[in-house]
Amino acid sequence: MKTFYWLVKREFWEHRGGFLWAPVITGAVFLVLNIMAIITAEVLGARHGIEIGGSNWQMMVAKANEGDLAQIGAGLDIVMMSSMGLIGIVMGIVVLFYCLGSLYDDRRDRSILFWKSLPISNTNTVLSKVVSATILAPVIAVVIAVVSGLIQLVIFALVLSLHHVNAWELLGLAHPFRAVATLVTSIPLYALWAVPSVGWLMFCSAWARTKPFLWAVAVPAVLGLLVSWFGIMGLFNLPTVWFWKNIVQRALLSVFPGSNIVYSDSALEATADLGDAHNPLSVLSPMHTYTLLASPNLWLGVLAGAALIAGAIWYRRVRDDS
Amino acid sequence: MNAVVTASGLNKRYKNTVALDHVNFRIESGRIVGLIGPNGAGKTTALKAILGLTDFQGELNVLGLDPRTQRDQLMEQVCFIADVAVLPRWIRVREAVDFVANVHPRFNRAKCQAFLARTKLTPDMRVKQMSKGMIVQLHLALVMAIDARLLVLDEPTLGLDILYRKQFYQSLLEDYFDENKTIIVTTHQVEEIEHILTDLMFIRDGKIVLDADMDAVGERFAEVMVSADKAATARSMKPLDERQVFGKSIFLFDGADRATLESMGEVRRPTVSDLFVATMKGTYA
Repeated sequence: MKTFYWLVKREFWEHRGGFLWAPVITGAVFLVLNIMAIITAEVLGARHGIEIGGSNWQMMVAKANEGDLAQIGAGLDIVMMSSMGLIGIVMGIVVLFYCLGSLYDDRRDRSILFWKSLPISNTNTVLSKVVSATILAPVIAVVIAVVSGLIQLVIFALVLSLHHVNAWELLGLAHPFRAVATLVTSIPLYALWAVPSVGWLMFCSAWARTKPFLWAVAVPAVLGLLVSWFGIMGLFNLPTVWFWKNIVQRALLSVFPGSNIVYSDSALEATADLGDAHNPLSVLSPMHTYTLLASPNLWLGVLAGAALIAGAIWYRRVRDDS
Repeated sequence: MNAVVTASGLNKRYKNTVALDHVNFRIESGRIVGLIGPNGAGKTTALKAILGLTDFQGELNVLGLDPRTQRDQLMEQVCFIADVAVLPRWIRVREAVDFVANVHPRFNRAKCQAFLARTKLTPDMRVKQMSKGMIVQLHLALVMAIDARLLVLDEPTLGLDILYRKQFYQSLLEDYFDENKTIIVTTHQVEEIEHILTDLMFIRDGKIVLDADMDAVGERFAEVMVSADKAATARSMKPLDERQVFGKSIFLFDGADRATLESMGEVRRPTVSDLFVATMKGTYA
């Protein structure tokens, strides 16, 4: 257990730039852009004598009925979630390339000879990298997303209060705690959902003698094209799209948080409900996303991922090209 | 004496070359063995087999374990330095020490710190900022702090200047080596390790062509400096090698009668490099 902890720590040391600084910088850049946009709006507004918000806002809030208030709250939630979404995408990219390099880079620079001179089993090494990709990276991203989302919300509140809007009343309409809870609870589901991608990418990383990226992308893409050309899926009474959606996409893109929403019917229903002033958070709410646990797609993916990880462990042992 | 490594019928082929050709050898505890051979002779393959880094056919027993299946246990007792610069480039001195201290049960942190204190390395230094010599100092400090029974060195001083090279072997001898430890070393800089070796193994085309301790080497091989008039006699005794120096001929003999040799000229113990060159004649031809 202690060894495993230090193995994960080693991954963090090596990939501090991707795991920590990439989301931090993304969040910071997003906030700075927002502040600049607000300043621009304020300057333009002042120059043209237009009062943004002001008494109109106050009146609007005062006169709003319950449904309108919910919509304002939803708007604020979207503001908060937007930075989180961006950080999620960056994290997806980081995890993708982390996995591709995880079992390849040290073979290329031969530092594998140092790691292999220590009493650490290949299984532990590979699993520590799986854990770094599926748990460590998302946990760090969620913490940073929460912080940047809350800062975003506070900035909006401050700007509005400069315009004599009772910002705290407005903020009361948003759901920061719900947003935080949603993000935190999404981590285990993300881990399960990402396993097939992580498995495939790490398998390529352990197996490829050169250019793991090319193999990881080319193999599913070429298979997909063959399947499309020859209509192979027709043999199973399935449309060609099935292969792209359930094999290609699952092998490559499941490392992106939220990629599971496309596959969840109930999430689509929830999106449809948005028109009725339902909150956008409901798309991401665990109530909806966790229905995925009942879908065979998730569990077959986990199984396939586990098999690929086992393959990666095996190749980690036998590949001797350093 | 107990054997640290026993190999019998060790065999390994790559696609179209034979790296190890049914090799048999035995390495006893408390020895410093030089495994010496030309490029591509199979040295690294032999070391990799001992370390469980490659598959092979035949029997190989390292400290009572099979390196193919019991690698994780084996690596608690075995340390390994490959040719320089295999430490990961991103790691800091502090991180490397922390990591090894926490994953290696036989690591002694205080010892490691003491070795590091003798160098110019600082805890926050990254490997990528170090010179080759400093990387080897760090690696050596890590390895010497591990109480291992077998240390495998594969070209450990490649590309280092002479100060680092001397210091490397000196540290090993003074601060590390004792009768419970065994060191296997491969290198091309034979002259530098000649005086620290207790055993010598020559490998050529996947075969062990010489396996003897240094005393036996001294008894078996002799070099005689013969003046021109006796050269023909010496040549008739089938010397391993002949070379000319200052108008005299130097002959290298394997197992020739001492008295006869002394009657022809001055008898010396050949250096390992001369012996190596004579033994490997025609390797690249």
